Amino acid sequence: MAEANKEILICRCQEVTLAMVEEAIAEGAFSVDGVKKRTRAGMGLCQGKSCERLVAKIIAEKTGQDPADVLPATSRPPVRPVKMGTIEGEMNA
Amino acid sequence: MRKIETDIAIIGAGSAGLCAAIQAAAAGAGVVVFDENQLPGGQLFKQIHKFFGSREHQAGVRGFEIGQQLLEDVKKSGAKVMLDSVVYGLFAENSLGVIAEDKYHYEVKAKKIILAAGAKENYMAFPGSTLPGVMGAGAAQTMINVNRVLPGKRIVMLGSGNVGLIVSYQLLQAGAQVAAVVEAAPTIGGYGVHAGKIRRAGVPILTSHTIKEVYGKEEVEGVVLAQLDEKWQMIPGTEQDIQADTLCLAVGLNPMTELAWMAGCQFTHIPALGGHVPLHDHNMETTKPGIYVAGDITGVEEASSAMEEGKLAGIAAAAALGCLSQEEAAAKKQEVLRRLDMLRTGLFGEKRKAAKEQQMADMAGWQALTAEKGGVK
Repeated sequence: MAEANKEILICRCQEVTLAMVEEAIAEGAFSVDGVKKRTRAGMGLCQGKSCERLVAKIIAEKTGQDPADVLPATSRPPVRPVKMGTIEGEMNA
Repeated sequence: MRKIETDIAIIGAGSAGLCAAIQAAAAGAGVVVFDENQLPGGQLFKQIHKFFGSREHQAGVRGFEIGQQLLEDVKKSGAKVMLDSVVYGLFAENSLGVIAEDKYHYEVKAKKIILAAGAKENYMAFPGSTLPGVMGAGAAQTMINVNRVLPGKRIVMLGSGNVGLIVSYQLLQAGAQVAAVVEAAPTIGGYGVHAGKIRRAGVPILTSHTIKEVYGKEEVEGVVLAQLDEKWQMIPGTEQDIQADTLCLAVGLNPMTELAWMAGCQFTHIPALGGHVPLHDHNMETTKPGIYVAGDITGVEEASSAMEEGKLAGIAAAAALGCLSQEEAAAKKQEVLRRLDMLRTGLFGEKRKAAKEQQMADMAGWQALTAEKGGVK
């Protein structure tokens, strides 16, 4: 792929480029969670709603896995941005 | 922390969720619907075009009018709708974590849960794809039809499925210029009737073309297109530069499944439905007893089938709670299934029908396997 394309932002929340995702895969990342842990792709405000499927596609292409086997990142609460103070404050109220 | 206890909690007040609520509440179940948006209705209030199909699917009626009718029916049904309420987690024993109006924290206990969270737009990455002015076609549709804001003056649309075609036409109606609709496949993706409308308005539809890059200093100033060969590779020398201030991406949708994953539902992978989708049976119940799904979360289709699936889930959940007799429920479900079957016909419908059948066959396979192992844990 052309050099200019390496700088394409895959995860815009955390500013993770295509080159960084490819590097993580070259280092051994085999899953969306693996790329996430190495690069922070999917850890921003939108929690991977834009990039997760792009990351999954790149992983399937680079590792030869069936797209069916490349699962989304582990889903944990909160699935939407919420203020910890709201949870905490109300819990203690 | 505030607490809510209810028979049925529904996540999503769009076409599927509202229809589920109406059916379940009419049967006598206590229902609370949660939606993160300020207004109910999901995508229906963006849909200013007339619906297709037969009269019983409200063909000829505009989407927002269907939405208004649903809101009236919900009001009459007695179901409660909580807006501006984010369901941030789904926990053991059908418990939900909800933050309402950014300040109130609720723990919701429900006997049955219906997930009707809908879908989100696919994104594409290419040089310039993060410039202001690049947006989802659905986002542009919200801007013009709900917020009455024109996203740009001169627009390029990527994708000629029904979303790309319909939103292009609505952008024209809203006063924007549409410079071109770009389609990577060799043929137009959506219905001929929608394509015809924008072709008659003079908008070119460039098949076998894609976006090479988007350029601009602070925001989108232009889009460079290139032609694709039979192997979907860009043909050098075919680049054309189109001046535009907005690029809309209409490159498909994918189901919003986080809560179903969190609940531990089993999934299958069906590209025609948008990727990984939760397994469900003919009652819309997932592999987690008491957790149902309806609408685009079960696989991306359209509003009419989402409404029917919602009704099915609402009837099934109410029947499981004893609000309907087995005979009453069976009669109601049969009627819904007949209409669903009618929706899944024709060139586009047959494909979806085959995909949905695969999904339910996968569910049956999972059930057989689990029974062998001694039942659901």
